[in-house]
Amino acid sequence: MMTPLALGVLAGAVLSGTSLLYATLGETLVERSGIVNLGLEGVLLMGASVGFSVTAVTGNPWIGLAAAALTGGLANALFGWLVVLRKANQLASGLAMMFFGFGLSALVGAPHVGAVIVGLPKWRPAWLAALPWVSASTLFNYDLLTWLALPVALLVWWVLFKTRWGLGVRAVGESPGAAYASGRNPAVLQFQALGFGGVLAGLAGAHLSLSLTLTWAEYMTAGRGFIAIALVIFSKWNPLRAVAGALLFGGAEALQLQLQARGSLISPFILDMMPYVLTLLVLLAWGGSRRLAAPAGLGRTFFGSE
Amino acid sequence: MSETALRPILRPILRHTLVAGAALALFSAILLVAGKNPLQAAADSFRSMASVYGFSELLVRMTPLILTAVAVALPSRLGLINVGGEGQLYMGAWMATAGALWFPPLPRWAMLPLVAAMGFLGGALWAAIPGILRAAKLVNETIATLLLNYVAPLIVSYSIFGPWKALGSSAYPESPAYPDAALLPTFFETRVHGGLILALLALLAYWLLVDKTRWGLQMRAIGGNAEAAQRLGIPVAMFLVAALALGGGMAGLAGMGEAMGVHGRLRQGLSPGFGFTGFLIAWLAGGRPLGILFMAFLFAIITAAGDTLQITQGLPFSVVNILLAMILFIVLARRPGASR
Repeated sequence: MMTPLALGVLAGAVLSGTSLLYATLGETLVERSGIVNLGLEGVLLMGASVGFSVTAVTGNPWIGLAAAALTGGLANALFGWLVVLRKANQLASGLAMMFFGFGLSALVGAPHVGAVIVGLPKWRPAWLAALPWVSASTLFNYDLLTWLALPVALLVWWVLFKTRWGLGVRAVGESPGAAYASGRNPAVLQFQALGFGGVLAGLAGAHLSLSLTLTWAEYMTAGRGFIAIALVIFSKWNPLRAVAGALLFGGAEALQLQLQARGSLISPFILDMMPYVLTLLVLLAWGGSRRLAAPAGLGRTFFGSE
Repeated sequence: MSETALRPILRPILRHTLVAGAALALFSAILLVAGKNPLQAAADSFRSMASVYGFSELLVRMTPLILTAVAVALPSRLGLINVGGEGQLYMGAWMATAGALWFPPLPRWAMLPLVAAMGFLGGALWAAIPGILRAAKLVNETIATLLLNYVAPLIVSYSIFGPWKALGSSAYPESPAYPDAALLPTFFETRVHGGLILALLALLAYWLLVDKTRWGLQMRAIGGNAEAAQRLGIPVAMFLVAALALGGGMAGLAGMGEAMGVHGRLRQGLSPGFGFTGFLIAWLAGGRPLGILFMAFLFAIITAAGDTLQITQGLPFSVVNILLAMILFIVLARRPGASR
């Protein structure tokens, strides 16, 4: 028999895990092509802000969602211009993207702080609602993005490991030189991976403002971008393992919210530390073994195609 | 003759001016699109800085920026990427506060060095965590320092909402005021405080360490090729931890300066991103001490402009981050390099 706390945590884990999963999947795609985008936090913020603002103006969350996805793709295209075409340092470019996201999201969102919006609609299939312990909770009462999270993870896995395009992306990530020699264009593949990854990151940000909180606040992603980057390492660059990671961290966040809502004696600030400390601990436990799983060309700039 | 002699000096100045001009133009374009008046914003910013007091405020702002830049530059000599200046700054302020509130009443000459040492220690210990994790080859220091940035402000919040909560302060929770002996002296009836001297000394010490000592040479050896350095008998792991801890200590001093020199208490929001800005300064300056000084001043101007934007144009302070990003984008796009 499940206790209400466990139910609440489970329901919350799925809800807050959704944006983490989309962000992690996006970064996984990008990193598989050999590029680290440390600016993911900024892309999430821009997605959340643009998604919310467009929804506030148009009154339609689907337009907001589309705008957020587009924003994510464009942001990553800008990043790609720097690191692929201009061959700039990836870490510094990522941090520049982070700053850009901080600033642009604040600028775009400022007129809409406090706006009341209609979020993404949530529904629960009748046969699930009929289950006795489900009806009283928020379990299975999800929006489209949450319902699609698992299929999208499968899709990203399938694309990466079962299609020619995915093979090309992974080849570039392992060795751009070899991929180039075998007739592939590393720059094109990296831009495509960045574009799709950016769309996923934009959706991740939008899920926060359009479904989870229904507000816009500066810095509202609170480090989720960095947690997602850690989750990519945790999941060993595998989209399916990312599902488990996102649920685990969504669960940590949900547990903290549930404990706070129940008037736990532990200070909320201590509870707020959980996701970050847990991330560090997981990376620590993973330790040295992860190196074998990382794309060999990750973070290196490819100068060879000229 | 004078023309050729001046060229090496004029060229970088021209280059920097061009970069700043291009970044400002892009930023202005974005402000225009957002329906704001960039010329008015520039005029307002200039007016707020063009006075003795306005200038002194730039020095106040520059103080933590120099320290957080050194916090990044020092470990970067070993190839370490410290993006955790923000968290280290908060832990420095936190430890310094612990000292100021817990030490028995002491005269100023004893109290000030004590709280400064505590501030340094707070940042150093906080940075030692990713240092040890990296030296043990367990967790990459970039991601560890980034994550710890989110934990440190929560420790500060926990303390000022809990054990250190000042009585009678309800709206904005904060620690009790520090005893007078723990307050940094201020100069010339401005808010410029003793932290500036500390920051300049730290910059000098950094220059001496990396340029004039054997350690500096060994650090560069590790940064060049850690494996070879290890074979030469340099204790690489110890250097990694020590460099990050020393850097963290510098950021800790910045936090101590903000708490003891500017606010007089421990507060949330002690830093509007000084730690991150310090990273940019160190990176743009290539770790050169004079470059850090120059860039810290430049970034003080930019963040001061951010304040003006907030007050006169009703824009959030974080909007100034766009200008920072524009400068970085231009520099990054102009300077291709996998090396740095």
